[in-house]
Amino acid sequence: MGLKQNLHNIREKYKGTKMAPAFNALHTFLYTPNDTTHGGTHIKAADDLKRTMNTVIMALIPCLIFGMFNAGYQHYLAVGEIEAVTSGFFSSEFWTLQNFTLGFWKILPILLISYGVGLGIEFLFAVIKGHEVEEGYLVTGMLVPLIVPIDIPLWMLVVAVAFGVVIGKEVFGGTGMNILNPALTIRAFLFFAYPTWMSGDKVWVEGATERAKEIIAGSNADAISGETILGGLAQSHPIDYSVADMFFGFIPGSIGETSTLLILLGGLFLIFTKIGSWRIMLSSVIGALVMGYIFNLVVAAGWITETSNFYGLMNTEFWHHLLIGGMAFGIVYMATDPVTASQTNKGKWIYGFLIGFISIMIRVFNPAYPEGVMLAILLMNVFAPTIDHYVVQGNVKRRLKRGKLKTA
Amino acid sequence: MGLLSKKDSKLIMDPLADNNPITIQVLGICSALAITAQLKPSIVMAISVMFVMGVGNVVISLMRNIIPSKIRIIVQLVVVATLVIIVDQVLKAYAYSLSKELSVFIGLIITNCIIMGRFEAFALANGTWRSFLDGIGNALGYGVILIIVGFFRELLGSGTLFGFKVLGDSVEKTGLYAIGYENNGFMVLPPMALIVVGIIIWVQRSRNKELIED
Repeated sequence: MGLKQNLHNIREKYKGTKMAPAFNALHTFLYTPNDTTHGGTHIKAADDLKRTMNTVIMALIPCLIFGMFNAGYQHYLAVGEIEAVTSGFFSSEFWTLQNFTLGFWKILPILLISYGVGLGIEFLFAVIKGHEVEEGYLVTGMLVPLIVPIDIPLWMLVVAVAFGVVIGKEVFGGTGMNILNPALTIRAFLFFAYPTWMSGDKVWVEGATERAKEIIAGSNADAISGETILGGLAQSHPIDYSVADMFFGFIPGSIGETSTLLILLGGLFLIFTKIGSWRIMLSSVIGALVMGYIFNLVVAAGWITETSNFYGLMNTEFWHHLLIGGMAFGIVYMATDPVTASQTNKGKWIYGFLIGFISIMIRVFNPAYPEGVMLAILLMNVFAPTIDHYVVQGNVKRRLKRGKLKTA
Repeated sequence: MGLLSKKDSKLIMDPLADNNPITIQVLGICSALAITAQLKPSIVMAISVMFVMGVGNVVISLMRNIIPSKIRIIVQLVVVATLVIIVDQVLKAYAYSLSKELSVFIGLIITNCIIMGRFEAFALANGTWRSFLDGIGNALGYGVILIIVGFFRELLGSGTLFGFKVLGDSVEKTGLYAIGYENNGFMVLPPMALIVVGIIIWVQRSRNKELIED
């Protein structure tokens, strides 16, 4: 009770001052307040926005932990210190302390910077605007470390987070008013600003960039290849990962998006707690499968031959697209963002389907940007209000028509 | 200002700040996005527009009483087009590489809304000297924004200013680059120019609350 009482006292002390929002935020983050809504006629519900956010974070924790193990695993595998795992998801070679330690110390600063910079800006804006601190960054701050490569320079992350939070969210009026998903805005900024650190075959495995520099400087060590499956397929390189590897996540990639299994569990958790929309998830998966299947048919029909630049990704079995790259992660955690997605049920189906469809299209046709899901979600974020508008108008028209029929 | 009366100096100073053609009237955005990746073309563009607007405003103002109002837009277009062709030819003759770099955007000065706007709104109704000042003032307001945007885009996007490597050499890894700094590739792309202009608008309006519309 000591902490709660102290926090309460501090909150009372600063009530009405400029710093009040900052203390309120801390207080309500740690303890559910007695009043979840303030003034006006709101719908009263058991959980406020912070509880919703915390649920998403809970769903993300397994991905983060897995990312730490995988960072170490990919590193030691690449330098040849350990053998590739063969015995399923719970292989003891994978879940070692050595793997975890390396990943932990590498990912912790990324996590701290993501939260430190993002929440710092949120607090700053709250104090300037005299608003309560908005909770939106809690999830964004957790998503950001999971969708960047392990070797990303930290200063770039600082710049990107500041840009994403200010330009992606605060200029529109803060949480709930943003058009684009802030975490993806941050990633897209990194992607266009520093493409060499967000793509290619080095940044995905810890140490690969360092090693490349040493080799240029004259060291005769072996180069570490940190090529992602997507990157490899885009250049029609042979892929030597099994489907099980892809599903369990023992592959190089952004920190937290490799394990489709854990993402699937997280997705089920979000659906079960009714926080993520199953309509969006399901329709995105369908969209991706349809587009992937069309490309498979194109290859089968012989229109695209092995000499084509698109052959590698087009020839990928259509359901493999869900296992590689950030597809699954994007669908489960990013596309379902309640602020930027479509609000209407019918709209959600259209919105989700187009995300999946366009993701695969971008993947195949633009080998320079193999991660299509990021761009597809951002694009559909922009169109979500339009989709909703037409869905609502369609409904209005139908009901008017029905009314006319009755009176006639 | 001894040279100009208070009313006249207002013609120059207003467009620079509280009635800026780009940040307040939001005109001429197209060229502001297209040619500001480097500082040098930004400045050349600013000077070109200043010439066209200064001279154009004077010409229109001189003819204001004899232009039939039904065909005034055509007359204005002819005047702008003539001046733009002069600028284009001069650039081609004396600064060929720059004119290559600016490509169609010199020709597109014709369609710059600021110019037609000033002809319509000011030169047609005011004396020659005041029209000249108004043209120069608006061109300055336009140029200032171009130069600010060009400065940040070139500095952060290419690490240079006027082509000088002020932050060190990005290939040889000297200066800032030695400690891991890298150019921001996004700055070179036009979308970032829009964001930079947006930030200028933001800063300006938060300093002067009267400029905020509902």
